[in-house]
Amino acid sequence: MSNHHKLSRRGFLKVLTGGVGALVVGIPLARATHAPIPPAFLGDTLFDLGSYVRIDADGNIIIAARDPDTGTGVATALPRIIADELDAEWSRVSVVLPGLGVKGTHGKPQWTYGHQLGGTGNSIPAAWEDLRQMGALARYLLLQAAAKRLGVPATQLRSQKGQIIAPNGQRISYGALATDAATIPQPKTPPLPKRADRYSLIGRSAGDINARSIVCGQTPYTLDHQTGDAAVAVLAHCPWRDGQLKRIDTSATLLVKGVLKVVQLNPDPKCQPGQTPIAPAVAVVADSLWTALEGRRRLKLVWQPGQSSRESSALLEQKAQRLVSHASARNKTPPTTRVRDDGNVDKVARHTAHRLDALYYQPWLAHATAETMCCIAHVDKHQARLIVPTQAPKRAWAVVQSLTGLPPEKIQIEVPRIGGGYGRRLDHDYVAEAVMLAKVIKRPLRLMWTRDDDLLHDWYRPASTHHLSAIIDQHHRVIAWDQKLASASALVGRGVPEDQLWTSEVDADQLPAGLVSNYRSDWYNLASTLPRGPHRAMPHLTNAFAVQSFIDELAHFLHKDPLRMQQQLLGNARHIPLRNGGVLDTGRLHRVLQRVAGRIGWKKYWRSSGNGLGIACWRIGDAYVAHAIKVAFQARTLRIERAVCAVDVGRVINPKGLENQVTGATLDALGCALNLAISFEAGQAQQHNWKDYPIARMAQLPRDVEVIVVPSDDRPPTGASFLAMPSAAPALANAVFRACAVRVRRLPLTKELLRML
Amino acid sequence: MPPKPIRTHKSPDRITPQTIRPGIDIQVNGKHFRHTGDPSMLLLWYLRDILKLNGTRYGGEQGEAGTDQVLVDGKAHAAITLPMAKMAGRKITTVEGLAHVDGSLHPLQQAFVDEDAIGCGYCTSGWLIASLDLLQRHPEPSDADIDTLPNLCRCGCHSRVRRAIKRAASVMKETQA
Repeated sequence: MSNHHKLSRRGFLKVLTGGVGALVVGIPLARATHAPIPPAFLGDTLFDLGSYVRIDADGNIIIAARDPDTGTGVATALPRIIADELDAEWSRVSVVLPGLGVKGTHGKPQWTYGHQLGGTGNSIPAAWEDLRQMGALARYLLLQAAAKRLGVPATQLRSQKGQIIAPNGQRISYGALATDAATIPQPKTPPLPKRADRYSLIGRSAGDINARSIVCGQTPYTLDHQTGDAAVAVLAHCPWRDGQLKRIDTSATLLVKGVLKVVQLNPDPKCQPGQTPIAPAVAVVADSLWTALEGRRRLKLVWQPGQSSRESSALLEQKAQRLVSHASARNKTPPTTRVRDDGNVDKVARHTAHRLDALYYQPWLAHATAETMCCIAHVDKHQARLIVPTQAPKRAWAVVQSLTGLPPEKIQIEVPRIGGGYGRRLDHDYVAEAVMLAKVIKRPLRLMWTRDDDLLHDWYRPASTHHLSAIIDQHHRVIAWDQKLASASALVGRGVPEDQLWTSEVDADQLPAGLVSNYRSDWYNLASTLPRGPHRAMPHLTNAFAVQSFIDELAHFLHKDPLRMQQQLLGNARHIPLRNGGVLDTGRLHRVLQRVAGRIGWKKYWRSSGNGLGIACWRIGDAYVAHAIKVAFQARTLRIERAVCAVDVGRVINPKGLENQVTGATLDALGCALNLAISFEAGQAQQHNWKDYPIARMAQLPRDVEVIVVPSDDRPPTGASFLAMPSAAPALANAVFRACAVRVRRLPLTKELLRML
Repeated sequence: MPPKPIRTHKSPDRITPQTIRPGIDIQVNGKHFRHTGDPSMLLLWYLRDILKLNGTRYGGEQGEAGTDQVLVDGKAHAAITLPMAKMAGRKITTVEGLAHVDGSLHPLQQAFVDEDAIGCGYCTSGWLIASLDLLQRHPEPSDADIDTLPNLCRCGCHSRVRRAIKRAASVMKETQA
């Protein structure tokens, strides 16, 4: 398939020339292509870099990686897309993180870098749409410059590894052409990107661009930046979002030498979650982190609980169970949203005797990023400069703007390398806190959350309770599927219309929708004031666990091989149109299933005693994934012996990077499923350190994850940062069932398994 | 041949005993430092905020995350659990001190690069220090030995770290042989 037809959409690229003899190419500001370019745009230092590609006269190439890298590898993959199109030599490329690209037009922000959002699976697809043109245009200009110099038509010239090669074998380096290339007029139509058979970097592996600096401890994360005389703030948050400060005694704190000020912060009730502090807080501002922590230890605070103090996760779960099971009995509570209703489930149910029901529960989860929430803010009357670990710099910008009222271009947001995101950094409550404090302190401010702040005050992944029913005809085929899900939508209060609240909880097109002719999916909203927000692979993670475990239950119920069951459910290889656009390609799902089954030796092992094999598959967007897992259960100890994962992601940009994402997501999903749960009592999370919230360590996880990438290069690339999450946990639970005949319908798995044995 | 007379400096008229200088002497990555501030300050904050060695990072109060591992007299410890008062005379090695002075990487660092055993990279320094400690105790670590590593990784780099440690072990064995 050719992508060439898409390229005219963005119109022209922008070529910038300046006094430094470099060629610089970037995306134009919307409708501002003919505006004069400020010379500062081309400053000599890296951080004045205004665009994507800069080729210097010495042949060094600087490429900007616009999307925040939370460990997803985009800081390596995005520049490689540009560098390939440019035919650059990778060893000459250095990558900079450009921060948020924003300009002001009549007080409105204009985003000069286009897509800047990390960890949502869109970085690579967006880059494929527009970033390739950066490289293509730069290469075109270099070819024209070389043609002019050599007196040879550009069509007879080739570009390779940072050089233009003439038919007679003469070579000119890009560096030598950079100054001339900057004077070449732009083409009338954008130059076409390369044909796929000419890719030199795309499809070939590269390690993390910052690997060397990371292993030397030199890559700066937010709080590794030096900030001169910055004050340091740590916070004592109210345990309840809707609580209040009742009494405060700061006398002991103010006695600590170096404590500058104690400041109260209150969330703005008019703001959405993630734009204002997560809860009322008292900040201790001091001249160093050590004194600030010491000051916080000496604070005496009494907090008044709010409404949320009446909530507990156990009560919510009971409520959820009542909703979904009442709904399946005669006494019907109408669902908040009927997400999908194909055929007629009720009619089929009346005429068929065979049905299987199961209730699944998955707990609340925290994000628990390695790097806690933090921010460096320098705010004065004229400008704001922030260093923030954010996945969504534009949203961070909006928070700063609403708190300061500064013109768009006066807010500068730098985004360094980030210690994990998982959706936590799509919200910016900590940015709001830092800006509010910086305004009071009138001095650069470093804000740091401690681990207990981070686990106790999160926008948690809400728990989900699934009730699944399948109706089976006399030929042992699933003829109806009825899914009821109750959860507290993560979108409540976030400006999403009532009838769309389900979108964070369930996917209308998720398996087996489209495969079963009578399919119904109902969602019940649970009213709750507990904080919740976006989380990695939502809503797929919870749904895949319930659905893919239930398919395994059906296989057992019908005395079928689980793989055969999956294959029969998928049916022939075909394209099934999706509600949200696109298609479900059952052939691609078949392939990933076959590959994992083949690799793990499906036929040979399944059902041997003490050992179990489990399989599961899923689809996210236009990407497909399957897991096969082998476990051994001996002496009440569960060992994951093998984990195999096959993915079909379309064109692969960086195979090593993809493998890392697939391995990482698999291990994260397994670790979460094995150990993790947040529970609430009196409205407070009960887990506040790594002992309570035990992220899996080496010993618990499989020693290797065997990754199979199904070739699919004729399709455009998709994002893969969380693709390999959904099917990992159900494959594990299915393997556990084969090993010890215990069906785990409730996570975390380790605890539930030991309870049931 | 008669021995040469030893040249001596003129002896001072008066000897004043030197007053005991306050502070805690500590050696970090081969350099000597003296901490004169709060002795209860934790080593992590001393390294980060005073020496500006930012490769050692905060992960949690008890150091269970492993992001703040440093070698104290050759053994891995969580820097956040160590008050400066206990650090007098100790030799600390942080991640910044692993590479050779000529800029060449330690075999373990090189193995992490080669295996791309890096996710977000925030905890990588801690993994390196803990792995180095492991390799000192077990030059040819088994899988079970590697399983004892206490570090946390949210990005799921465990399998690549395992490969990196094994690769480093074989390289280090070759260079010693």
